[in-house]
Amino acid sequence: MELGFTPAEERFRSEAAAWLASQMDGPFRDLKGESTYSAHLERRMAWERALGAEHYSVIGWPAQYGGREASLAEQVIFAEEYARAGAPWRIGHMGVELAGPTILAFGTEAQKVRFLPPIARGEEFWCQGYSEPNAGSDLANVRTRAMLSADGREWRIDGQKIWTSLAQFADWCFAVCRTEEGSRGHRGLSYLLVPMRQSGVSVRPIRQMTGEAEFNETYFTDARTAAENVVGAVGDGWRIAMGTLGFERGVSTLGQQMGFRNELDAVIAAARANGQLADPLIRQRLAQAHIGLKLMRYSALRMLSSAQAGRLSNEAYTYKIFWATWRKKLGELAVDVLGPRSEIGVAPYEWELLPRLFLGARSDTIYGGTNQIQRNIIAERALGLPKEPRGT
Amino acid sequence: MIRAAARALLEGYDSARLRAAWSAPDGYEAALWRQIGCELGWCGIAIPEAEGGAGLGWVELCLLQEELGRRLVASPFFATAVLGVALLRECASPAQRRELLPRIASGQLRLACVLGGPDGRPAPEGTTVALQRRGTQFVLTGGGDFVIHAASAELFLVLARGGAGGGLSVALVPAGTPGVKVTPHLMLDLTRPMARVDFTEVTVGADALLGGAGSAAAGAARALDLARIGLAAESVGGAERVLEETTGYCKQRVQFGRPIGSFQAVKHRLADMMIEVEAAKSAAWYAACVAEERPGELAEAAAIAKSYCSEAFGDCAASAIQLHGGIGFTWEHDVQLYLKRARASGQLLGSPAWQRERLLRVLGLGAAAAPAF
Repeated sequence: MELGFTPAEERFRSEAAAWLASQMDGPFRDLKGESTYSAHLERRMAWERALGAEHYSVIGWPAQYGGREASLAEQVIFAEEYARAGAPWRIGHMGVELAGPTILAFGTEAQKVRFLPPIARGEEFWCQGYSEPNAGSDLANVRTRAMLSADGREWRIDGQKIWTSLAQFADWCFAVCRTEEGSRGHRGLSYLLVPMRQSGVSVRPIRQMTGEAEFNETYFTDARTAAENVVGAVGDGWRIAMGTLGFERGVSTLGQQMGFRNELDAVIAAARANGQLADPLIRQRLAQAHIGLKLMRYSALRMLSSAQAGRLSNEAYTYKIFWATWRKKLGELAVDVLGPRSEIGVAPYEWELLPRLFLGARSDTIYGGTNQIQRNIIAERALGLPKEPRGT
Repeated sequence: MIRAAARALLEGYDSARLRAAWSAPDGYEAALWRQIGCELGWCGIAIPEAEGGAGLGWVELCLLQEELGRRLVASPFFATAVLGVALLRECASPAQRRELLPRIASGQLRLACVLGGPDGRPAPEGTTVALQRRGTQFVLTGGGDFVIHAASAELFLVLARGGAGGGLSVALVPAGTPGVKVTPHLMLDLTRPMARVDFTEVTVGADALLGGAGSAAAGAARALDLARIGLAAESVGGAERVLEETTGYCKQRVQFGRPIGSFQAVKHRLADMMIEVEAAKSAAWYAACVAEERPGELAEAAAIAKSYCSEAFGDCAASAIQLHGGIGFTWEHDVQLYLKRARASGQLLGSPAWQRERLLRVLGLGAAAAPAF
C-alpha cells in the first residue's frame, strides 16, 4: 500500500491547486463555497465552460475528446484540490461522471466524436433516465417503451422517468428503455440517448424535504431520438446501465473526502464556537467522524494501489455504503452540536450549511443504490451468498 | 510470501491445539513457540540484521500479527516481539540493543512489559511503579497489572516514574529477582494469560535502565503506539477470520428449506461485518506503513487503528455468535473465544473511547476528562 503520491503527481497537484485558487479568488469568487446543487445556473454553466477551456473538466479522458489522459491518482488529486479550493458542486456531473464514461467505454467512435467534446467543453448537459415510479431499487422493472419507427430511422419513446436530477436544464438524457415488446426484467432493455429539447419531453420539478427542487419527473410522450443513438447493442441496455452505476459507485467518488473534510471542519468550528467541543459525548462523536473520514482516505489509497495493479478489490464494494452512512451520521452530529438553533431557517424554507447537511445527507443512503441494495451486493458478489429469490 | 508462509504454518493450529495451550503450564504451546521463535525467526522480523534479526519492519511484523490473530494463537509473540521489541527499539541504548535484541531474534528470550497501573489505567498516565535513586543504584517499588505472559517471562521491562526529575524510565528486571512477585489471573480471554506484578524494594543498576534514568517518556510513547498498531493488526486477522467462518456456516446451515445465508436479515448482518473488516484493514495497513515511514503521523494513525480495529473485531465476533445461533453460545464452539479476545484487545493499552479522546488532543482540539481506561 502506497501512503501518498509520487513527486510528479504532487507537481500536478500544485498546478491544479494554483489554477483553481486563481479562479475561486478571481473571476468565479462569487461561486466559492457554493454548496447548493443548482442555484445561480448561468454562473455555474460559465464555470463548467471555464473548466473545459483549461482541459480540467474531464481530465481522465483521452485528449482528442477534451481530456488530458490523467491517471487515476491524478483524478483523485484533482477532486481533492477541487474541494479544497471551495469550487462549487458540478452541474456537469451527470455528463462528466456518468454519460461520458459510459459512452467512452461502450459507445461507437461516431458517438464519442458527437457527444464527448461538448460534455468536456461544458456546452451540453445531461440527466439520467433510470428510475421510474415502479422501478426504483428494482431497476430492471422499467416500463418506458421505445419502438423503432416503421422506416427504421428513429426511436419513438413513451413513459415516465423519476428522480431525474438536473433534467430542468439538461440537453440530453441517457435512458434505459424497453425496446422488446413483451420482454421482462433485464432482458429486452436498451440504453438510449435522447434529446431533451423537444415537444415530446416534459419535465416537472419535485420538491424535496430540503425545500429545494433539484430533481424531477420526466415524461416522454412520443419523444424521438435517431436510431443510431443507442449505446451498445439493442437489447443490451442492462449491461451498459450497470456499467454506468459502476462509475457512480466507483473511483469517481474517491476524491470526495476533501469536500467531506470541509463539512467536518464546519461542524468542529460550530462546536468550538458554542462550547460543545468541551462535551465528552460530542467529543467522542467528533473523533469517530474524524476516524471515518481518515478511513475513507486510507481506503482510497488502498484502492488506488490495487487498481493500479489492475484489479478492484473487496473494499471497493464497501465504499459507497461506508461514505453514505458516515455522511448521514455527520449530519446528525452537526445538528446535535448546534442544538435548537439548527431548527431556525430563512423563508421560504432555506437552511445554513449544517442543517442542510442534516437534511440533504438523508438521500446519500438512498440514491445510487440504497444501503439495503448495497448490502445485497456485498453479500452476493463479495461474500458469495445465495442470490435473492425473484418474484414472478 | 510472509503471509502465505505464516498462514500455511498455522493452518494446523486447530481448536484442539488452541484449547490444549491454555491448560499448558505457561499458557502457550511450547513446540509452536520453538518453531516460530527459534527456527523461523519470527521474533526478529522487525529487528535489524546487524542485531540478529531479519531486517524487515513493522509492516511485515503486522502481517504476522494478523495471521496469529486469525487463529487466536496463544503465544508470547505479542509480549516479546511486538511490545518488548517496540520498547527496546525506541528506548534502549546501542549497547542494550546489542545485548538483548539478538537473543530475542533467536527466540531465546521471552519478555513481559509492566506498563499501566494496578487499577488497569493505561500507561503512561496510569503508571504507578516508582523508581528512586539510592547511591549508584535504583530501587523499584509498586506494581502494575494486566501484564501479558508475565508468568513465563524471563525478563521484565518495567515502566516507572522517577529516576531523574519527573521523567519516565524503563527498567530491566530479570524474572526471579528477589522482591518480584507475579500473581497470575484467570482471564476472560484464556488465550492471553495476564498477571499482576509487584515490586518490593527491587534494586537495579544504572545499566538496567533503558537509555538512562528518566529518559523514556518520548520513546515509550512511540513504543506504545507501535504496539497498538500491532494489536490492531491482530484484531483485523481475528475479525476477518470470524467473517469467513460465519459466511461459510451461513451458506451451509439450512432452515425453512433454504441456506440461512439467503435471508436478507442474515446477509445484511454479514455485509455489515465485511464493511467493518475492510475499513479495519485500511486502518491497520495504513498505520503499519506509518510506523516505518511517517513518524509525524504515528500517534494519530495508532489511535485510529487501535480504536477502530478492536471495535470492528468486537462487532464481528458478536455478530458471528448471533448468526451461529445456539451453537455459537456453546463452550465447544470457538466463535466465543473471538469475542473474548476482541474484548481483551479493546481494553489493552487504552480502550477505544480512551483512544478517541487522545486522538482529539493529538489533533489540537482541546481536552475533556479522559475515560478512565
